[in-house]
Amino acid sequence: MSTLLEVSGVSVSFDGFKAINNLSFSIGNSELRAIIGPNGAGKTTFMDIVTGKTRPDEGSVRWGELSHSLLKMNESQIARAGIGRKFQRPTVFEDQSVYDNLAMALKKDRAPWSVLFFRPYPEDKARIEGLAEEIGLSEQLHRKSGELSHGQKQWLEIGMLLAQEPRLLLVDEPAAGMTLAEREHTTDLLKEAAKTRAVVVVEHDMEFVRRLECKVTVLHEGSVLAEGSLDHVTKNQDVIDVYLGR
Amino acid sequence: MNRSFFARNPSVLVFIAVLALFTLAVTVTSEAVGSGALSTSFIKTLGKTLCLCLVAIAMDLIWGFAGILSLGHMAFFGLGGYMIGMWLMYARTEMIVTASMANAEIPPTDQEIVDAIGTQIFGVVGSSDFPPIWAFADSLTLQLAMVVLVPGLLALVFGWLAFRSRVTGVYLSILTQAMTLALALYLFQNDSGLRGNNGLSGLQNLPGADAIPQADISLWFFWASALALALGYLLAAWITSGKFGSVIRGIRDDEARVRFLGYSVEGYKLFVFTLTAVIAAIAGALYYPQAGIINPAEIAPIASIYLAVWVAIGGRGRLYGAVIGAAFVSLLSTWFTSGQAPSIPLGFYTIDWVDWWQVLLGISFVLVTLFAPKGIGGLVDIFTGRIPPKRHGADLGPDSGSLQEQEAEQ
Ligand SMILES: Nc1ncnc2c1ncn2[C@@H]1O[C@H](COP(=O)(O)OP(=O)(O)O)[C@@H](O)[C@H]1O
Ligand SMILES: [Mg+2]
Repeated sequence: MSTLLEVSGVSVSFDGFKAINNLSFSIGNSELRAIIGPNGAGKTTFMDIVTGKTRPDEGSVRWGELSHSLLKMNESQIARAGIGRKFQRPTVFEDQSVYDNLAMALKKDRAPWSVLFFRPYPEDKARIEGLAEEIGLSEQLHRKSGELSHGQKQWLEIGMLLAQEPRLLLVDEPAAGMTLAEREHTTDLLKEAAKTRAVVVVEHDMEFVRRLECKVTVLHEGSVLAEGSLDHVTKNQDVIDVYLGR
Repeated sequence: MNRSFFARNPSVLVFIAVLALFTLAVTVTSEAVGSGALSTSFIKTLGKTLCLCLVAIAMDLIWGFAGILSLGHMAFFGLGGYMIGMWLMYARTEMIVTASMANAEIPPTDQEIVDAIGTQIFGVVGSSDFPPIWAFADSLTLQLAMVVLVPGLLALVFGWLAFRSRVTGVYLSILTQAMTLALALYLFQNDSGLRGNNGLSGLQNLPGADAIPQADISLWFFWASALALALGYLLAAWITSGKFGSVIRGIRDDEARVRFLGYSVEGYKLFVFTLTAVIAAIAGALYYPQAGIINPAEIAPIASIYLAVWVAIGGRGRLYGAVIGAAFVSLLSTWFTSGQAPSIPLGFYTIDWVDWWQVLLGISFVLVTLFAPKGIGGLVDIFTGRIPPKRHGADLGPDSGSLQEQEAEQ
């Protein structure tokens, strides 16, 4: 399996505090990976680095078959290269309809000039309706997304990610505030997505991670503490000490 | 979803219809072709108001839709006025000079004519040479191109520098104020080449149209202003109704999120900033021939702040709101400051509206911002029933049993 994203020796500090400390991480095409770790372990900061929001002090982040450095690119270029991101709090455009949110995310030319003259083809509409179906929002397609419930907004954001057709999907705590049934739907969505692309899921909840049935990376104080199957890492004494034992 | 543009945006049709009716009503009561119930000077006021409505649409695009509070757009409006004013002044002076020299025994050379025009125009600032910026002033076509190009280029360069370094929010507003202030101070200098604080004058006199009464000319400009406003409104409605509108409203609400969707936010901001600068310039080029005079005071920072106040009072984020705000506040302002509003004697003090109007405007602005953020345009929602959802205490999830809103806030 070839590597899609290769992060090596990355460190970043905020006012002297090392949030990420010599972190290395890699993921291949169509792999599902869970990242767990206590609050403040640096999970969100890791995503910030990959998506170009935060510049690391040292280390390298390489992407794709040609191993391009992502550190030279800005956020929108990285997104166009094929990395999609879901934030910890659901961030959808609340003032716009579900349809408009999905249409904006749809993989299309993003230059101002072509967006200005863009008019949706029937297949674009069909694609949006298909996505809405997948995330269970067909009925809400023309409602403003601000009227949606918290869980529905989380799904809409996942739907927007899928619409982007990224090669790598970074998902930050998708199940926060969801009921059991909603969590199951979310797990299904993520597992389905991971069949055709790489997916990294950050999650607190052990049960949720167990249902993902994938390789797990444990992060602690900005570096990798353990890596392997969930059963493997939960037996690791370091992991028990810093995370599970609490 | 396949309905036509107008079916999806019924307010556009309503607006165009109202504007057409208004134009018709003004025409049939004008001195030029109608009953004469409206004086020529009032028609000029109305024509100028339409231009202000157009620049308010530009302001609404950049602020209400893209979320960039530019406090410098009146600089582009003024520059547009200066550019057309240069041609108006040059061409008219040229006619006067050629006429007066026609009787000379030796026919004047071209250079002598140009020198004479220069003396006429720049005498007030103690000069007679044409500065390089007047190079195209003898050609209407080129000078019309300058109306668009000069403000457009200024906006492009300024916007590129500001957006590239990700200046946002109040810092950007301050930067735009600095831009308009710097431009005004520069133009105030006598050697700026645009006649310092004298500005350009006599702009109401079209070259070669001395025989045509001002009543006719004022009506022509009124029509042109109405047409420009209609086209500007259509353009703005078209831009904001499609996917481009989605993206710029997204930038207004959460620009980082738009970036992570792969859109180059800086490019979009620059596009909207430059486009609105050009719209403002066109509005200015129609306004100042009706006003008759332009000087650097028109570009003072306060002018752009007023523009923001109009849009806020009218209701930003909806195009008709901007138009209503600009028309309402600027007409009211004319009424109050021209001494037509009756003073209020309080016995110990008399409220004279010429002095107190600005205070009233300031208070209204604060009140609207605090208590009616949707402005006058928000009243329309009462009829169309567009009420924002209140979800306080509701389940957050699609299924019952999810967290409640209050719990999740913790
Ligand atoms: N922009 C920032 N400035 C200062 N400190 C930060 C910043 N972002 C994150 N941190 C700190 O870095 C550490 C890791 O944070 P984060 O990546 O959000 O952790 P989590 O694993 O909970 O997502 C935390 O201690 C946090 O306070
Ligand atoms: Mg986090």
